[in-house]
Amino acid sequence: MNRSSTITQLEKRFENNPIYIYLRTNIGILAAFFAMFILLTILSPNFLTADNWFNILRQISLNMMLSAGVMLAILIGGIDLTCGSIVALSGCTSAILLQNGMNSVPMAVLIGCLIGGVTGLANGLIIAHTGMPPFIVTLAMQGICRGAAYLVANGQPIRIPNESFQKIGTGYVGDVPLPVIYIIILIIAFFLLLNKTKTGRHIYAVGGNIEAARFSGIKTKRVQILVYSLSGLLAGFAGVMLAARMASGQPAVGLAYETDAIAAAVLGGTSMTGGVGSIGGMVIGALVLGILSNGLNLLHVNSFWQYVAKGLVILIAVYIDMFRKRKERG
Amino acid sequence: MENHLMQMTNVHKSFPGVKALSGVNFELECGEIHALLGENGAGKSTLINVLGGIYLPDEGEIYIEGHKVNIFDVKSSQNNGIAIIHQELVLVPHMTIAENIFLGREPRNKAGAVDNKRMIRDAAEYMKIVGLEMPPYQKVFKLSIAQRQMVEIAKAISFNSKILVMDEPTSSLTEKEVVILFDTMRMLREKGVGIIYISHRMSELFTISDKITVIRDGSYVGTKNTKETNTDELVAMMVGRNLENYYTRTFHELGDVALQVENISRQGVFQNVSFQVRKGEILGFSGLVGAGRSEVFRSILGIDALDGGEIFIGGQKVGRLSPSSAQDLGMVLVPEDRKKEGLVLINSVRFNTTLAVLKQFIRGIIVNKKKELQIVEIQSKQLKVKTPTYATKVSSLSGGNQQKVVIGKFLASNPTILILDEPTRGIDVGAKADIYEIINDLAMEGISVLIISSELNEIINMCDRIIVMHQGSISGSLPRQEFSQEKIMQYATGTGGNENE
Repeated sequence: MNRSSTITQLEKRFENNPIYIYLRTNIGILAAFFAMFILLTILSPNFLTADNWFNILRQISLNMMLSAGVMLAILIGGIDLTCGSIVALSGCTSAILLQNGMNSVPMAVLIGCLIGGVTGLANGLIIAHTGMPPFIVTLAMQGICRGAAYLVANGQPIRIPNESFQKIGTGYVGDVPLPVIYIIILIIAFFLLLNKTKTGRHIYAVGGNIEAARFSGIKTKRVQILVYSLSGLLAGFAGVMLAARMASGQPAVGLAYETDAIAAAVLGGTSMTGGVGSIGGMVIGALVLGILSNGLNLLHVNSFWQYVAKGLVILIAVYIDMFRKRKERG
Repeated sequence: MENHLMQMTNVHKSFPGVKALSGVNFELECGEIHALLGENGAGKSTLINVLGGIYLPDEGEIYIEGHKVNIFDVKSSQNNGIAIIHQELVLVPHMTIAENIFLGREPRNKAGAVDNKRMIRDAAEYMKIVGLEMPPYQKVFKLSIAQRQMVEIAKAISFNSKILVMDEPTSSLTEKEVVILFDTMRMLREKGVGIIYISHRMSELFTISDKITVIRDGSYVGTKNTKETNTDELVAMMVGRNLENYYTRTFHELGDVALQVENISRQGVFQNVSFQVRKGEILGFSGLVGAGRSEVFRSILGIDALDGGEIFIGGQKVGRLSPSSAQDLGMVLVPEDRKKEGLVLINSVRFNTTLAVLKQFIRGIIVNKKKELQIVEIQSKQLKVKTPTYATKVSSLSGGNQQKVVIGKFLASNPTILILDEPTRGIDVGAKADIYEIINDLAMEGISVLIISSELNEIINMCDRIIVMHQGSISGSLPRQEFSQEKIMQYATGTGGNENE
């Protein structure tokens, strides 16, 4: 009895400590992460090398960008299925501009991003003002963007010979690949947005109870529009980055990327009903997915099996999480 | 020993950290309507859930017609003739009445398919018993809440239930529907059914019940014959002390006009509504459910559309408002349904209390945590919110404390015009008294308070003036010296105040 009361005292003391809260809410996925980490370190000598880790981070950078946006949409009780198609559309748009004689790389990047942002804005406007379900609206927009990507590219991959553009995806700062720098900035920005700003609280409130948010004087439509625009903008930048890495705009890329984005968010504890989730959780979620496929590659597991493994990890991790939360509620 | 229809003796039940029931006794006779009374959290729901097989008691026994029975799950409860009609109805909206009544035990014909004809015929019979006059193939989503309740009762009867438990059945019914429900209950009583009736509305207990059992903090307090008791005694039993005056009101001079509404209308909802309220005045809005009271204020606040009319705040004409622009002008609306419109249930007391005033302590990415805590402390203290910590999720608070958090959230914005829609619905007596006290304090400070309430006692005791609505129009306005239940009801039902009784 003494011991349990000490534990409750300790809990009381740390209740407001962000690190404690982070550990407590993400314990399931963190455990999975460290288990995989230790296992792979033992099984594969190449796993714990700087090269391999930069490789992993570069691979998951794209998914993290998409996942950050999708997570916002899920946080406000919606969903965004458009991001994979935006990746293709924005990449192709930047590519075609460069191919047709646009010399300004920043301009090409900006327009690529804006294409994504405008698509997201359209999603947001439709969802906020018509009340149509986000699933349907973004699914429709997914089709539209995919078609637009093929139309822009005329069905062909578009080569990008411009080397300074390619650097956006392949460059380094010192030893650190640029995409890794992007996601570090992204994580910091999202952390501040969600935890330190009014908008962040508005997002949680809209997702937790949109009616209560409206009565509290929160401009809920504005929050919805902002979230979908941001998600689109991020997908737009992800598309530019991917095109730069591949040195071409390809209308067929990004197929089903939204599923990995949703998976990372959900693995990271984002509730599909909205109002619950954190950027820290999402990062771990994306990392788990990333080292899973990296590890299986290192162990020479047939890539078809990787899909199966990914599916199983999602099922198990989310189940554990749900089970734990149910217990917490009593 | 005489045989009761149902008897629960010495029931104990604990949850981690809470003793929900400690030695509760309850006896129900055939053909009796027995009310179960207690504050929120007193253990009424737990007791009912023990009877319904949702919780296993730690200790205690249940007898039905003198025989000891084991109730270990919902099925065994049903098999013992117990039917529970929960507050939230559990019908499938897109199925017909008949399909709902026979859900999971549809009659089958020889071929093994569902025998629709028989189902409809049988359903019609049960519906006739409860007085539900409509085709059995009607889809449930088209029914009113009252009609759905009738379907639930018909379903209970179809199980041959001898014991019917009704948990707050009148909480969302109109007065007329309540009358019909009570008729059905009386008819079932004639047939020998024992009914356990839970309600917060004291006046209803005196209308419908034969006996009243009071529990407090999980313990049995006593059972009274309804005819031999009164409200004061019951309230004292519920709270464990005498609540001499649970309304607080000090009258004082009123100030200038704070809010004036001229001829506002919304097509098909309300017409030509005009009123004004002064600084420091408490103005009540009475009327039947559906009279359009809440709708008037939803439109004023810009949550719903407004088709015409003018609004003046502090003498200045204002255009179309939104909840946020109204807040900037000092007018807030504490909504009717705290769970649906008031709170983000999955978030903390702190998050909810500060939600409407984030700009007071967040600038860009700088959060002034001291200021934030201060806001939460001020509101929680003045409203006497009982919560373990400010990080506690509001979903785990009692209804009364949840309501206080909602009110605190809006008070944090320092309004000059406070609109309260059903401020004390479904909360316990202690919390009610706290809320009345704060309303009085606010009026003393010169704030205009508008109370929309279906509880006549509340509105009569708290207000300076009462406006009564009937079918979307104002049908009467009463100054304090003319307050009476009869007069309000006359205006509310549209029979006017002119005729003599």
